[in-house]
Amino acid sequence: MREISSKDITKAVKDLCVDANYNLGEDVQDALRKAYEKEESPVSKATLKQIIDNFEIAKQGEFPICQDTGFGVFFVEMGDQVIIKGNNLFDAINEGVRQGYTDGYLRKSILADPIERKNTGDNTPAVIHLDVVKGDKLKIIIAPKGGGSENMSEVKMMKPADGVEGVKEFVIDKVKRSGSNPCPPIVVGVGIGGTFEKCAEMAKRALLRTIGSKHSNPFYAKLEEELLEKVNKLGIGAQGFGGTQTALAVFVETYPCHIASFPAAVNINCHAARHKEVIL
Amino acid sequence: MAQKKITTPLTDEVVKDLKAGDDVLISGPIYTARDAAHKRMVELLDKGEKLPFDIKGHLIYYAGPSPTRPGNVIGSAGPTTSGRMNKYAPRILEAGSKGMIGKGEMSGGVQEALKKHTGVYMAAVGGAAALIAKSVVKNELVAWEELGAEAIKKLTVKDFPAIVVQDCHGGNLYQEGVKKYQRT
Repeated sequence: MREISSKDITKAVKDLCVDANYNLGEDVQDALRKAYEKEESPVSKATLKQIIDNFEIAKQGEFPICQDTGFGVFFVEMGDQVIIKGNNLFDAINEGVRQGYTDGYLRKSILADPIERKNTGDNTPAVIHLDVVKGDKLKIIIAPKGGGSENMSEVKMMKPADGVEGVKEFVIDKVKRSGSNPCPPIVVGVGIGGTFEKCAEMAKRALLRTIGSKHSNPFYAKLEEELLEKVNKLGIGAQGFGGTQTALAVFVETYPCHIASFPAAVNINCHAARHKEVIL
Repeated sequence: MAQKKITTPLTDEVVKDLKAGDDVLISGPIYTARDAAHKRMVELLDKGEKLPFDIKGHLIYYAGPSPTRPGNVIGSAGPTTSGRMNKYAPRILEAGSKGMIGKGEMSGGVQEALKKHTGVYMAAVGGAAALIAKSVVKNELVAWEELGAEAIKKLTVKDFPAIVVQDCHGGNLYQEGVKKYQRT
C-alpha cells in the first residue's frame, strides 16, 4: 500500500483550479487557431481572433480565460493500493477548490440551495466522480464547467428502434437548438448507452478527450467524424454569428445497456474547453 | 462590416443608426446586471419605485465579473447568456434603457420591445473575458453588494468591443448569419 497525504491532494487541486482557468490546453489552442484559418465568415473570423487574443492574455496569469470559472467537476481515479492519510479524499478536494478559487481570484458561482440561491462563497462543493483502478497512483482531473454551455445539455431516453440514425438526429438537433448560447465554437460530448445517469456522465467525460484524438473503435471514430461535419454544416459559427466553424470536435463514449433501453446524452463545452490533470 | 464608435448614454438617433452585423466600440458608463439584479429591478418597477441608478439612455451589461486582483480595475468580465433575461428586458427598455450587451439570441418579445422603445442589443464575445476586462477603465459599485458577482456595477469603458446582433429595425444577425452559412 502507498500512503498519500490529504495535504498533497489539497495542494494539487488548488494548483489545478488555477492552471485550468488561466492556461487553455494546447490542443484547444491549436484547434481554435485552425478554426480561425478555416472560417469563411468575416464576423466569425474576427470573433475567433478575439478568442485567440483572449487566451493569450489569460496565460499571463492575471485574468482568467472566462469570468465564469465554472463548477469544479472532478474525475478521480484512485489506485487500489492507495491509502489517504489525514482528511478524507472529498474533503481534501473541496479544500483545494476553496483555496484555488480564493487565491486564484476565480469567481465563486456555486449556490448552496437551488431554490434559495445563496452563494456558498468559496465555489464548493465540487462535483466528484470517483473510480477505483489498479495501482498505487491517484489521478485527479479537473474540468471547470461554465453555466452557459452546461445549460445547453440534455439526456434523452430513446427507443432501441431509433438506432444510430436517432442518435445523429438528436445530437444535431440539440446543437442546432443551442445555437449561440453555449459560446461556439464548441466541443460536443456524446454518451450512448448505460443508464440515465451513466449516459450523462459519459457525455461529460467525453469532453476530457484531447482534440484531434479518435475513438478507438473505428465505427465510433467514423460517427464522431460524421457528426462533426454535420454540426459544422449548421452554419452557427463563432458565437452564433454565422459561419463554418461551429464545433472543434465531437467525442462519443459508450457503455453496455439494458435490452429495453437506448439512452443518449449531449454535454456541450464552450470554446474555453478547460481541463487539467495531475497524477500523485 | 462597418465599425462605429458610440458613447453612452445613447440617443434614439444613435440607436437607429446601429444595424445588425455592425462592429461597435462602446465608450462611457455601462451598468452590469444579471439574473438576481434583474429580478430585484423588476420588483422595484412593479411597485412603482425608482431603480438604484438613472437608467435613461443607458446600456445594461449582462455580466458577473470574476474578482478583482489588487491593483487592477476589474477581473475577467465577459458577457453571460442573455436569453435568461428575456423575461426582464422589455421592462427595462420600457423604463428608459437604450439596450443591452450580452451573448446569444434574445427572444420572447425582446425584438418587438427593441423596436417599440428604440433599443439595441449588442453581443460581446463570450469567453473573451480577459480581453474585455482591458477596456474597463473604472469600476464602481452601484447597488446590492450582497449579490457578489451579481451586484449592479457601473463600469466606465473605453472602446469596449461589441457587435450589433438585434437592432431596432428588426435585424437579427443570429438568424441572418446562420442562414448565410447553413449547408444542408
